[in-house]
Amino acid sequence: MLMRPFTRYTSPWREMNRLFERMPTWPGLSVAPGYPAVNVWTQTDGAVVTAELPGVEPECIEISVQDDTLTVRGTRECGEVDQNVTYHRRERRSGSFARTIQLPFRVQGDEVEAAFEKGVLHVSLPRAQKDRPKRITVKAG
Amino acid sequence: MAEETRESALQEAEKRKVVETDAERTRDRLAFVPRADIYETDDAVFVVADMPGVDESSLDITLENNVLTIDGYVEPLPPEGYSLIYAEYREGDYVRSFRLSDETDRASIEATLKDGVLRLTLPKGKEARRRKIAVKAG
Repeated sequence: MLMRPFTRYTSPWREMNRLFERMPTWPGLSVAPGYPAVNVWTQTDGAVVTAELPGVEPECIEISVQDDTLTVRGTRECGEVDQNVTYHRRERRSGSFARTIQLPFRVQGDEVEAAFEKGVLHVSLPRAQKDRPKRITVKAG
Repeated sequence: MAEETRESALQEAEKRKVVETDAERTRDRLAFVPRADIYETDDAVFVVADMPGVDESSLDITLENNVLTIDGYVEPLPPEGYSLIYAEYREGDYVRSFRLSDETDRASIEATLKDGVLRLTLPKGKEARRRKIAVKAG
């Protein structure tokens, strides 16, 4: 009798979720869900990632790059509030966030630039020199 | 458990679009409702709203008939030469209206905008405390 190995520790739902989470939206690009929302722009020589981070101090944002992965980490504080306060609406969240984005190419780590203006973060990630496509001339003859 | 928190973080990241009720917007851009915290102390009501991409020159605050409207215009700046391959948020204006109570001292409303966060201070006027109206017999 054939005995199929029974995987006790993974449920079918978890596998499905995992599939959708890591489904690439662009060849090579894989974005794990989380806060903040990001937009990714590319061209042949690099990428730009933008994120909306209103109210975050630029010193509280930590950006790190490794090979083809960009990680944005930080904390957002929503301001000191006295004890004697009544909240009517509480829609903004505060706390720490971390987000990892895998790009379709390796990044030149020392040329990465990040700017934060009006609450929007722009990270420009030039493609690693070794990774850039090289033009090959065809010799006639 | 981890999947649930991740899903709620995703919902948090989505923005609410403005629902057009009476007057249509004349600007041909998408408008969102900025997330706001509204809290009250003994002296004032504070409104803190997230409006990334807006600065002092592109924000309009108008007060008309007890309704305070904040309207922030966002200039979309796609990086030149790049094409968008993945988008989780869209850029657009931020509009929200609040109805003020009679307690608010309209002349001393203050607004500051920093890093895309608008802080409105609506002080409660001393004169606007509830006045007792004497009832005359007759």
